[in-house]
Amino acid sequence: MPKSLAWMIGGDQGEGIDATGDVFGRVLSRLGYCIYGYRHFSSRIKGGHTNFTVRIAADRVLAPQANVEVLVALTQETIDRNGHLLLSGAPLLADSQLKPVLPDGCEARLVEIPLTQIAREVGAAVVRNMVAVGGSAALFGLPLDAFEAYAREKFERKGETVALQNVEALRRGHAFIEELGLRGRFSLPAPRPRERYLMTGNDSLALGTLAAGCRIMAAYPITPATDIMENLAGLFPRFGGAVCQMEDELAAITLVIGANYAGARAMTATSGPGFSLMQEGIGLASMAEIPAVVVDTQRVGPSTGMPTKNEQSDLLAAVFGGHGEGQRIVIAPGTAVQAFEDGFEAFNLADRYQCPVIVLSDLALAQWLQSVENLPLGGHAIDRGAIVAQEELDRLTGEFERYRLTEDGISPRALPGMPKGQFLATGVEHASSGKVSEAPQNRISQMEKRSRKLDALRARAGAIETSRMDHAEVAIVCFGSIVGAVDEAVELLRQEGVRAGRVQVRQLWPMPDIPLATALGGAAKVLVAEQNATGEMRQLMRIAGLEDDRYRSLVHFDGTLLTPGRVVAAVQELSVKEGV
Amino acid sequence: METVTLQDYKTSEKSWWCPGCGDFGVLAALQKTLVKLGIPPHRVAIVAGIGCSGKMGNYINSYNIHVVHGRTLPSALGVKLANRDLLVIAAGGDGDGFAIGMNHFVHAVRRNIGVKYIVMDNHIYGLTKGQNSPTSDHGQKVKAAPFGNVESPVRPLSLALTAGATYVAQGFSSNQAQLARLIEGAIAHPGFAFVNVLSPCVTYNKVNTYDFYKQMLHDLDEDPDYQPDSRGGAIAAVLEREELVTGLIYHDPGSVAYEDALPGFAEQPLAGRDITLGQEDFLELLASYR
Repeated sequence: MPKSLAWMIGGDQGEGIDATGDVFGRVLSRLGYCIYGYRHFSSRIKGGHTNFTVRIAADRVLAPQANVEVLVALTQETIDRNGHLLLSGAPLLADSQLKPVLPDGCEARLVEIPLTQIAREVGAAVVRNMVAVGGSAALFGLPLDAFEAYAREKFERKGETVALQNVEALRRGHAFIEELGLRGRFSLPAPRPRERYLMTGNDSLALGTLAAGCRIMAAYPITPATDIMENLAGLFPRFGGAVCQMEDELAAITLVIGANYAGARAMTATSGPGFSLMQEGIGLASMAEIPAVVVDTQRVGPSTGMPTKNEQSDLLAAVFGGHGEGQRIVIAPGTAVQAFEDGFEAFNLADRYQCPVIVLSDLALAQWLQSVENLPLGGHAIDRGAIVAQEELDRLTGEFERYRLTEDGISPRALPGMPKGQFLATGVEHASSGKVSEAPQNRISQMEKRSRKLDALRARAGAIETSRMDHAEVAIVCFGSIVGAVDEAVELLRQEGVRAGRVQVRQLWPMPDIPLATALGGAAKVLVAEQNATGEMRQLMRIAGLEDDRYRSLVHFDGTLLTPGRVVAAVQELSVKEGV
Repeated sequence: METVTLQDYKTSEKSWWCPGCGDFGVLAALQKTLVKLGIPPHRVAIVAGIGCSGKMGNYINSYNIHVVHGRTLPSALGVKLANRDLLVIAAGGDGDGFAIGMNHFVHAVRRNIGVKYIVMDNHIYGLTKGQNSPTSDHGQKVKAAPFGNVESPVRPLSLALTAGATYVAQGFSSNQAQLARLIEGAIAHPGFAFVNVLSPCVTYNKVNTYDFYKQMLHDLDEDPDYQPDSRGGAIAAVLEREELVTGLIYHDPGSVAYEDALPGFAEQPLAGRDITLGQEDFLELLASYR
């Protein structure tokens, strides 16, 4: 278990809770700590409880912590809902104005601090949260100047007065806790400073797509995918690109198909409800062999489900959604670094295999902050796949054969604007020329051509990633953001003498059955952990022949992110019942 | 100007349209206009919808993409943004454009995308064998509405005008010369140009026939009292005649296309540009996440 501490701030939505968490996390990150920042919120703008937790460690952590060391409460509801997360004697910083009361059974130490009053004295009620940040800095014995420097930088553009008010708020909060003799109540482990960034998966994914040369993004706003659109809207004008906010997801996906057909790199990003609407378009991209990158940032479904909660239940829709039998590639990043890599690689796969590529992200990865190291641009090269050379078109005596039958199923495409490359791209079944054909033999050969394009991907390097699998008796298989929780569980289990290991599936379709079979070969038990009710990845594994009496499922679908504790408990239960 | 001939725009494909179908006239007018303007086929991208009219792309030797039902306009916008040097023409029918794709029509209009939209409006669903379309007359009896259409028709011209269209024209598939002229005007127009073509279905529509249109249509191009430079005047004119007009209905000479209005958008085609992200830019972007 990495030594870590957690700090939580809670209040009503619209009170700047996220922004405050962001400040606290970012300063700690600059001080050399690794951060995981996660939040609880609802689908509304003002009102309703929200909280933001900053987990602080010397090494990378990518999962929520079961308890918190410090709770800052701006409302009584925050105390009532979260007070139990504090261990006995841990400080609960509450605004005196609330006349806060600890709930029955809560053994935390209530520290009343006049946040609102101090903020008013400083001259602006809005700096209340910064008083709390200053007080928190004191509790952890952190150098206040780092917070002051950040506040100056952040609020500079709002004018000298605002910046000074924020600095003063920090100082007053810090002094208040110091006077109570609570300075350094918690000591953090020594930080390991290095070049590090604090990003969400949406941030890094957007950056990955930009680096891949994506210059057109079409989308319809939807939680938790919207940040990708907003990030790119800020970035693209500088690089000649455009973000188009469309009237719906039907328009978004078909714009992307048009743009890719015409030779640009274009993408869309959505979540479950929008992804359902895109299925017909995705089928067109499969059929007409047009590259298309679709990011599905999963949330709880079906229908509107729980829009601000965690789930990984679009997997089967990503692989099999839509009518007919079309080819898709489905990849799933689990960390912000992987989101960058997959944001980049998705375009190479789409161009190389001329088909839709679905990047399955999920809410925790998409929106929660994590420390990022080693995000090199260098390791990635743009590969536009097979595009016919103009000289070859110039030599043609007849029509360009866009869908020529080839051994690997991939046929070079022409891009509009290339002389003599004209062809019809259509969602109707077509002959190798592109012309419509309903001939039975042609149907078979074109279906087989499209299908065999993906054969090589079953063994693609990087389709799975393993950790601690040497001599592992229990293999925990997972995908997406829960990889952090699984890794932490593996360490906890190892401390208890259980030889556990982790296998992360990064390419979910085509299922990498060959490397998976090898990786899982030595394990006595295989626990497939996923955040859905029906074990969707396990179903895919079964289709790929990865199923025998060693396999078990851990399904988690209450909307919270799977915790290391839950994974450990599941493995322990296996040991008790089945004697691993 | 390169020498372009009609032959360059023909394909080997045999037509699937019924003999006498109005769509033949639209195809011919389009091909003639492209030849007249000397635009080589590889510089043209046609985005076609689903339905009889959607087969347009099968018969014209340009770059063609035949998309899902109703989504010609967003696809066409994608093509245009990827390669703004292309002439991008969206083509479809009244079902594709004003039923399943109505949403996109209104939004393409208000965005003013640099796409030319030709609708072959036959007031009926032909390919599914004769159901009412959104432009079918009130009372029209078909197998799926045996007691008559209880709905009122969409009025595409008024709709486009009120949504802010910058080029609105209506042609009749029998009047080749006028239709070619209207298409030529659409191609010259910066921004979204809408050409609705009354294109009779000889098999399923026994109401809106060639004879019907020959009797009913009023040619605004030949009307000395009509000026196509006033949106209000255009709306009044099409309402007065229940849209049974042909000619250039409205044209905004100050039109600015969407792709020209986008901040920072590349002036050269995105396709073919160097898309590598420089190390310096990358590090600068990363630094904002410290």
